[in-house]
Amino acid sequence: MMVIPCPFCGPRNETEYTYGGQAHVAYPENPDALTDEQWAQFLFYRDNPRGSYAERWQHSAGCRKWFNAVRNTHTYEITHVYRLDQARPDGLPKAPLATKEVGA
Amino acid sequence: MTQHQNHHGGRLERGGRLDRDQPIGFTIDGTALTGYAGDTLASALVANGRLRVGDSIYLRRPRGVLSAGVEEPNAFVRVNGEHNESMLPATTLELRDGLDVTLLDGIGVLDDRPDRNEYDKMHVHADVAVIGSGPAGLAAAKEAASGGARVVLFEQDFELGGSLLSDPTITVADQGALDYVASVRAELEAAPEVTVLTRTCVFGSYDNNFLVALEKRDDVASAEGGVSRQRLWHVTAGQVVLAVGAFERPIVFSDNDVPGVMLASAVKTYVERWAALPGRDVVLFTTNDSAYETARCLTKAGATVTVIDARPEVKAATSAQEGARRAGLTVRTASAVVGIEGSEGVTGAFVASIDDAGQLAGDAELIACDLVAVSGGWTPNVSLHSQRQGQLAWDDVLSGFVPSAGVKNQFVVGAGNGTYDTDDCLIEGARAGRGAAAAAGFPASSSADGGDAVAESAEVWRARQHRAAGTVRPLWAVPAPDGSLDTHFVDPHRDNTAADVLRATGAGMRSVEHVKRYTSISTGIDQGKIGGVNTIGLLTQLLSGNDTKAIPSGQPGQDAADAVELTASGQPARRPTPGTIGTTTFRAPFTPVAFTALAGRGRGALFDAARTSPAHSWHVEHGARFEDVGQWKRPWFYPQEGEDMDAAVARECRAAREGVAFMDATTLGKIEIRGADAPEFLNRMYTNPFLKLPVGKGRYGVMCTVSGMVFDDGVTLRLADDRFFMTTTTGGAAKVLDWLEEWSQTEWPELDVTLSSVTEQWSTVAVVGPRSREVIAKLAPDLDVSKEGFGFMEFRETTLASGIDARVCRITFSGELAYEINVPRWYGLKVWEDVAAAGEEFDITPYGTETMHVLRAEKAFPIVGQETDGTVTPHDLGMDWVVSKTKEFIGKRSFSRAAFTEPGRKQLVSVLPLDHTLRLPEGAQLVEPDALGDYTGEGLPTAPIAMVGFVTSSYHSQALGRSFALALVKDGPTRVGQTLLASFGGKFAEVEVREPVLYDKEGARRDG
Repeated sequence: MMVIPCPFCGPRNETEYTYGGQAHVAYPENPDALTDEQWAQFLFYRDNPRGSYAERWQHSAGCRKWFNAVRNTHTYEITHVYRLDQARPDGLPKAPLATKEVGA
Repeated sequence: MTQHQNHHGGRLERGGRLDRDQPIGFTIDGTALTGYAGDTLASALVANGRLRVGDSIYLRRPRGVLSAGVEEPNAFVRVNGEHNESMLPATTLELRDGLDVTLLDGIGVLDDRPDRNEYDKMHVHADVAVIGSGPAGLAAAKEAASGGARVVLFEQDFELGGSLLSDPTITVADQGALDYVASVRAELEAAPEVTVLTRTCVFGSYDNNFLVALEKRDDVASAEGGVSRQRLWHVTAGQVVLAVGAFERPIVFSDNDVPGVMLASAVKTYVERWAALPGRDVVLFTTNDSAYETARCLTKAGATVTVIDARPEVKAATSAQEGARRAGLTVRTASAVVGIEGSEGVTGAFVASIDDAGQLAGDAELIACDLVAVSGGWTPNVSLHSQRQGQLAWDDVLSGFVPSAGVKNQFVVGAGNGTYDTDDCLIEGARAGRGAAAAAGFPASSSADGGDAVAESAEVWRARQHRAAGTVRPLWAVPAPDGSLDTHFVDPHRDNTAADVLRATGAGMRSVEHVKRYTSISTGIDQGKIGGVNTIGLLTQLLSGNDTKAIPSGQPGQDAADAVELTASGQPARRPTPGTIGTTTFRAPFTPVAFTALAGRGRGALFDAARTSPAHSWHVEHGARFEDVGQWKRPWFYPQEGEDMDAAVARECRAAREGVAFMDATTLGKIEIRGADAPEFLNRMYTNPFLKLPVGKGRYGVMCTVSGMVFDDGVTLRLADDRFFMTTTTGGAAKVLDWLEEWSQTEWPELDVTLSSVTEQWSTVAVVGPRSREVIAKLAPDLDVSKEGFGFMEFRETTLASGIDARVCRITFSGELAYEINVPRWYGLKVWEDVAAAGEEFDITPYGTETMHVLRAEKAFPIVGQETDGTVTPHDLGMDWVVSKTKEFIGKRSFSRAAFTEPGRKQLVSVLPLDHTLRLPEGAQLVEPDALGDYTGEGLPTAPIAMVGFVTSSYHSQALGRSFALALVKDGPTRVGQTLLASFGGKFAEVEVREPVLYDKEGARRDG
């Protein structure tokens, strides 16, 4: 059981949260401009690193707010939590999907 | 089974942690015996001269008590009672008055009678969790608590003290050992933030220092009513100190399982803690110094002891060997016990000299004895450390796997860390306690112990532990004079021998994980505590360096360095070490846990929350049968006297289609959406447009996932320009709110939208049928219910005749003229009863979910989750009309993917069995008529038969006078008129494909 520090409520048990997958995967600006393959890439493909991973969580049994967390997928240690309107902490590996210009 | 009476042993007249004023009667296999308060079942048996327990699991060999703790592989009992406990080790079973047990032959049988005891769960956050209360654990807890930290001390035994309970005569921190235990206990119990839990075993250690422990409370539960029998503790700790001790290893020799062969440390524990003497003429067979303490205490208790030491003569006057000789014992060095005389109990030990290679170096000599105490060395208890992927390394001097790299926020101390000297355990434990307290933010206050006065480097500390441990000469298997390995038991519980390990390596097994599974070693109740390391040791003798190249890397404890190579000259390589091989994986639970404890109070009605509508009591009174929909209890149908389900549903259907009927629709999910951007928000969420929905009207909408699959549906009302009332499916309410919130917060935070679940705030009655207008007119006299005055998909706020404010909608899920009355939940039952009363003159009929399903299926209204499974689009359901071609919405881009437009998609149709009475099973497969070939339905077909679809809903239609079904069929609409075969349970039936809507296709009944 992880203890996850909600940026709004403080540390709470993992059972209060819902996982939301990889963070910083932007919804394409213009989906119609994408090829089927690019759209499928957005829909179905996510990174799966061993190590630091920026991901989304919702404090579903608490304040119900969504936020981002950086979790080490190997040790389960959560090193950062931040609001959706805050920038991703510096020095983290960039998720390829987030930087790939899917809509270009 | 014959009972072997060990006539030599028994209870000593003095000593032990017993209350001799409190005798305890118990029964074993029908025989009444007596022990004392403070005994375990095993110690009481030993004190009664009974080492013999049940037979072994497969070979049915006589077995005896081997250990004095959780590692016991032989002494299992069933505890008889109102609910039998199927299999408990006698060595950890606290003796209590009236205990009635049956010895087991290695396996228990679950009692199928219900366990009526109560079980609870505890949830705790601690600054420091200390596991184990031996000298290291007590020192750690004392220091950790001194600065005010919230400390939980776990001890699986019913007494604190660990190894000190077996060493009562030593001096600890300038006091007697047991005085030290008592003083620390008093100190801890006086500290307001400290919890001391005895009888509580931490059996699982998970990420983030999450620990799971089982507390046994039979002592209080039996004395006081209403106390849960066991509690499952869920503990999240900032810091964890593992002070969990070590297990002594048996020695693998011929007939090493005969009753009367016992671990040397267990012999000492029985004598010192329980004043129970397992034998009077003892052969003590050891590979190390620790067993000499057992020799000392046996001698003091009046037993004669012959020491057989595998190690060569140590000349130093300070050696344990010399010390024992000075005390008058016979000590035979460079020797081994090579066999046992006796089968029901030990009557003698065969002893022979061994050479430097461990081979026999002379004939065996028989020494008469009634007990063989064995010590094959010590194995630190690394289970909890290893469950967290803590690193291990083989330490050749200590002859054991020891933790090599720590787990973050954890400390390993004492024997569990290979620290076997009691004074050093105190130092190491205190140091960890201080470190943990400091890390948790509650630095220890200064202590008279001076626990951290010595601050050596890890290397210096380890060297000190090596000196303290002395030398160990592991004997992984002692040769028998006849060369056999068939009774060299490695894992007594699983009845696995050295011969079995040899068979495994002979079959090509190299990895210890493979050997474990090939033999089943370590898969028994003790989970390798007895046989794990001995198996690894045996493998070092059976495998060559060449073999070890085939050992896969990545085992816990495995040396990083590559396996030993063949020498260049082609000479046989040297043997691998245990470090080359590594251990098997340690997993929870460390000790067995009953499912009842894991379930806790979550049984029966408390297994899951049950939600009921305000009218639930009415439904019960009127004989409703209920169906679970999500967490809701929904009326399924209302059988009348003599009716079965079919008759009831037919009657309910007739009422709805020909007269008037009513249904409790309270369970539908309801969400209020407010904000200036609410119309825009809904317009993006639903596939159909919502921007221009007028106030006072409702609209059916479909939501899709981003990948274009139907996600949920329902009617949404526009209450005001900036306020909507959304209904969702009964089961989908929570996930729809989640979905709306996710998009609102993560993608469109700029939209002014607020979402509130109001499912619990409203109660809803659906009034359905051609005469529903007349019922509504009576209930709501202020309302213009005329066809012209109250159109379809409109709603009105009104005050009912009862004075209750209501929101009445014209919505139908049956195709009939229908209304839904929404009132605040508080009035739900009252309004339901008012509908029943107002409708009485029209013979209004309550109906349940089954009738609702039939009615909607006749109209081909899909149910999300029944007609859909996450691979179905609105188009597949024939609902192209609900998908906007102009606006942007979630899922839109996916509809133009090739996979969505190519032929071959399964699409909604109805299928009519040619046999009008046949109700197809839902899920029945549909195939082409000629696809069967020679397959008759017997067994399996010779080749796979391609399916073209499957039945999603199937009912008998009262309106059509026949059975019918909905189905998803490949290119369904193009197959209308075709005949297919439905396949179910080895039978086949012809069905005709039809358009989905079977009843009132033109929608003429909607307006009454």
